[in-house]
Amino acid sequence: MSTNAIISLPDQSTARIPKDNFITRENGLLSWLLTGDHKRIAILYLISITFFFFIGGALAGLIRLELLTPQTDLMATDTYNKVFTMHGIIMIFFFLVPSVPATLGNFFIPMMIGAKDLALPKINLLSWYLYMAGGILAVYTMASGGVDTGWTFTTPLSTHYVNTNVLTTGLAVFVAGFSSILTGLNFIVTIHKMRAPGMTWFRLPLFIWAHYAASILMVLATPVVAIAIVLVALERTFGIGVFDPIKGGDPLLFQHLFWFYSHPAVYIMILPGMGVISEVISTFSRKRIFGYTAVAFSSVAIAVFGFFVWAHHMFIMGISNYAVLVFSLLTMLVAVPSAIKIFNWTFTLYKGSITFETPMIYAFGFLGLFTIGGMTGVFLGASGTDIHLTETYFIVAHFHFVMVGGMLMAFLSGIHFWWPKITGRMYPEKISQFAAVVTFIGFNLTFFPQFILGVLGMPRRYASYPPEFQVLNVFSTAGATILGVGYLLPVLYLIWSLKYGAIAGNNPWQATGLEWQTQSPPLTENFAVMPIMDHEAYDYEWLEQQQQAHKESEATHAG
Amino acid sequence: MSEPNEHAHHIVGPGVYVAILFALLIGTALTVWASFIDLGPWNPIIALAIATSKATLVVLFFMGVKYSSKLTKLTVFAGIFTFMILISLTLADYISRAWGSW
Amino acid sequence: MPDNPVTSQGASGAAKHAGSADNADILHAGHPPYLRHHFNSTEQQADTANFAMWLFLLTEVMFFGGLFTAYLIYRNWYYPAFVAGSHQLNVVWGTTNTFVLILSSFTMAMGVWCAETRRRKGLVLCLTLTFILGLCFLGIKTIEYREKIEMHHVPGFHYSLQSFLDPASNPEVFKEYHDQPLALDMARHTEIYFSLYFLMTGMHALHMIIGIGILAFMIFRARSGAYTAGHVTFVENFGLYWHFVDIVWIYLFALLYLISRHQ
Repeated sequence: MSTNAIISLPDQSTARIPKDNFITRENGLLSWLLTGDHKRIAILYLISITFFFFIGGALAGLIRLELLTPQTDLMATDTYNKVFTMHGIIMIFFFLVPSVPATLGNFFIPMMIGAKDLALPKINLLSWYLYMAGGILAVYTMASGGVDTGWTFTTPLSTHYVNTNVLTTGLAVFVAGFSSILTGLNFIVTIHKMRAPGMTWFRLPLFIWAHYAASILMVLATPVVAIAIVLVALERTFGIGVFDPIKGGDPLLFQHLFWFYSHPAVYIMILPGMGVISEVISTFSRKRIFGYTAVAFSSVAIAVFGFFVWAHHMFIMGISNYAVLVFSLLTMLVAVPSAIKIFNWTFTLYKGSITFETPMIYAFGFLGLFTIGGMTGVFLGASGTDIHLTETYFIVAHFHFVMVGGMLMAFLSGIHFWWPKITGRMYPEKISQFAAVVTFIGFNLTFFPQFILGVLGMPRRYASYPPEFQVLNVFSTAGATILGVGYLLPVLYLIWSLKYGAIAGNNPWQATGLEWQTQSPPLTENFAVMPIMDHEAYDYEWLEQQQQAHKESEATHAG
Repeated sequence: MSEPNEHAHHIVGPGVYVAILFALLIGTALTVWASFIDLGPWNPIIALAIATSKATLVVLFFMGVKYSSKLTKLTVFAGIFTFMILISLTLADYISRAWGSW
Repeated sequence: MPDNPVTSQGASGAAKHAGSADNADILHAGHPPYLRHHFNSTEQQADTANFAMWLFLLTEVMFFGGLFTAYLIYRNWYYPAFVAGSHQLNVVWGTTNTFVLILSSFTMAMGVWCAETRRRKGLVLCLTLTFILGLCFLGIKTIEYREKIEMHHVPGFHYSLQSFLDPASNPEVFKEYHDQPLALDMARHTEIYFSLYFLMTGMHALHMIIGIGILAFMIFRARSGAYTAGHVTFVENFGLYWHFVDIVWIYLFALLYLISRHQ
C-alpha cells in the first residue's frame, strides 16, 4: 500500500503541455465570454462558483463567530437573521446546486461519452449568464439590506411580515433556477443523443448515470419552485390571497410547492457528488465498481423516490396526520438506494489495490460523513423523532453532514481527481493530502457537536442561546476555523500548480474513462479521432492491453 | 448514433390535420353543450374527460407523438406522471387534514 | 427555445475547426451549411433539437402544474365561491377563444407541413394566419379582462364583493344562473378564484405573447425561404410550443369556464 503506486507521470525533462488545447486555441476575454466550448464554460463556472462559495463561507464564519458566546454581541438579532438567510441562499442556489454538475459535469460529460461538445452549446453559455445574473442580484440584495426569511422564503413570513428584499432575492433564485433547468436539459439531451459509437447505456461511467438522474430532477422539479416564487412575489406586491389566511389562502400550499422542488434539490446536490465518488473509488482501488448496474439504477431510483417524500419537511407544520404517516414511510424508501451505493462502494474497496491519493482521501471522507448524514436523515424521516429534533441544531448538523460532508468532499475529490486533465498539471500531492485531512477534522469538530446540541434542544436560527450550550458551541466555532483553513489551502496550491505543477501527461491515474485517453488539457473538439467504445466501463485489463500495444508500437517505431 | 435512428421523419399530411381539426371543433362544441345540462357531479368529469381527449388528439397528431420515437413518448409520460405526483400527494394532505378531528 | 442553428454560425463554426482537427475534413465533408460542428449528421441534430424541445415542454408542464394544483385545492375548499366566481365569466367569449386557438393550432400544424414539404408560400400564409389568430385570442382576452376590471373583480385592486353578496345587482349573470347570495366569509374567497383565474390565464397569455413575437420573427425569415431549404427544426419546435399552449388553454377553458356552471 505505498502511496504513489499508481501515479505515472511522463518524464518531466521532456514532457510539454500540448501547444494546441482548448485553453490556447483562442485568446482574449471575449473568446471566453462568448465561447460555446463546454470546457471553457465549465471553467467560467468553476471561477464564479468558487467566488460565491467564499462569500457563503464568510457568512458562515460570521454565524459561528456570533454563536461563540451565548449573548448576541457581534451583531443584532435581525442582522443575524439576514446573515444565515444569505448563507443558505448563496450556498444552496449558487454553490451546491451548480457545483459538480456545472463544473465537472459540464467539462466531463461530453468527454466521457466521446462527444465533441454538449448538445446545445449556446444554451450552455446562456445558463452561465443566467447563473451570473442571479448571483450578482443575490449579492446586490445582500449589500442593499439583505433578506431575513430563511432560505426557504417561508410564508406568511415572506409575504406579510418582513419588509426586507424578498422580491429581489426571489428574482435571483428564479433566474438561477432557469440556469439549472437549462443545464439539466442540456445534459439529458447530450447523454441521449451524443454518445460515441459503442457507448451503450451500460458502458457509461457511473458519473454519467448520476448526472442523468440529477438532470431529471432539475428539469422536472425546478419549475415548481419557480411558480412558487412567482406566487410569493404576487402575494407580496398585489395581495392575491393565495397564501394569505385572511383571504382564505393556505400558507402551507407554498410549503408543498417549495419542498416539491427543494427536497429533490437535495438529490440534485448530492447525486453528481456520488458520481464523482464512483469514478474516484474505482480508479484508486483498480477495480470495476462492484454491482455496476445496481449503482446505476440506484441513482435513478433516488431521483424517482425523491419526488415522493417532500412533505417530511412539513411534519410539524400542521399537515394531515395521515399524510405524515404516508410521507414518513415513503421517506424510508430513499434510504435503500443510498445504502446500495454505500455498500457497493465498500465492496469495491474489498480486495482492491487501494492507494491514498488526495481524491481518494476526500472520497473516504465522503463515505463516512455521508453515511452519518444519511442515517440521521432516517431519524428525521421518522415522524416521532422528527417532531422532537426538527428545527433544532440536529437538523442543521444533519444537512451539513450530507451537503458539506458529502457534496463538498465529493466536489473537492473531483476537482483534485480531474485537475491534471483540466490544466495539464499536477497539484502538489503532500500538501493536498494534508488539506484533505484538515478538512475532515475541521468538519467533524464543527458539526458533530451540533448533533448533541440538537438532541439537547438548542433551536436553530437564533443568535443567542442558554449558557449551558456554550462549550459545544465553542468546539463548533473552533472547528469552523480549521475547516476554513482546509478550504483555503486548495485554492492557494491549486493556483500555484497552474504554473509550477508537474506536467501530468494524458493519464496520470491510469484511469479507464474516455476522458483520460486524450491529451491534457484536451483539444477544443476533445478527441483527435472520434473514439469508439469497445469495452465495458472501468475495464482495467483493457487499459493495460492498450498501454502494452502502445509501448510495442513505439518500440517498432524506434527500431 | 448510439441509439438506432428511429427518426425516419414521418410527415403527417393535411388530411389528418383537417380530420383532427374537426374532431377538436366538435369536442369543443360538445363540452360547451354538456356544460349547459345539469348532470350533478358528472359535469366536471365530462368536461375534463372531453378536455383530456382533445389534449390527447393534439399531442398525438398535431405534435406528432404518435409517429415519434419511444423516447418522446416516454418524455410525455414522465411529464404527466410527475404532475400527477404533485397533484395527488398534495391533495392527499388536504383531503385527510380534517380526518379524526371531529 | 433550444438551439436556433442560424445558418451562418453553423458554417463558421465548422470552418473554424476544419483546419485544426485532423479528421474534421472527413467528418464535415459535404454536409449542409446548417449542420453544427459537433453533430455528425443532420438527423442527429434534428433529433436532438426535437428532444430538447420536449424536455423544455416538460418544464412548462410542471410550471403550470403548480397553478393547477393550487386551483384544484382551493376549488375543493371553497366550492361555492368558485362556482359563483365562475358564473361571472363569459362562456361565449371563452368558447370563441377556444375555437380561435384550435384553429390557430391547425394552421400551425399546416405550417409545419408546408415547411417539411418545402412550400414557401404556404408556410408564410400559415404562419401569418396563426399570427392573426393569436392576436384575435389576445384581443378577446383583453375584452374579458376589461369586463373584470369594470366589475372590480381584479384581486388586490379595489376588489368588490358586490356580485357575490347581492347577485341580483348584476342582472345579466343573475338571469342565467339565479345565484343565491354567498355568506360574507365565503364571498371573500371568490378573490382566490379570481387570483387563480388571472394567474392562469395571464401566464397563458404571456406564453401567447412570446409565441406571437417568435411568429413575427419566423414570418420574416420564412419569406426569404429560410425554412424551406430543408432545415425545418425551428418551425417544428415552435409548432410543439404553440400546440402546448393550446393544450393548456383546453384545460383552462374546462376548469375555469365549464365545470362550475351548475351547483
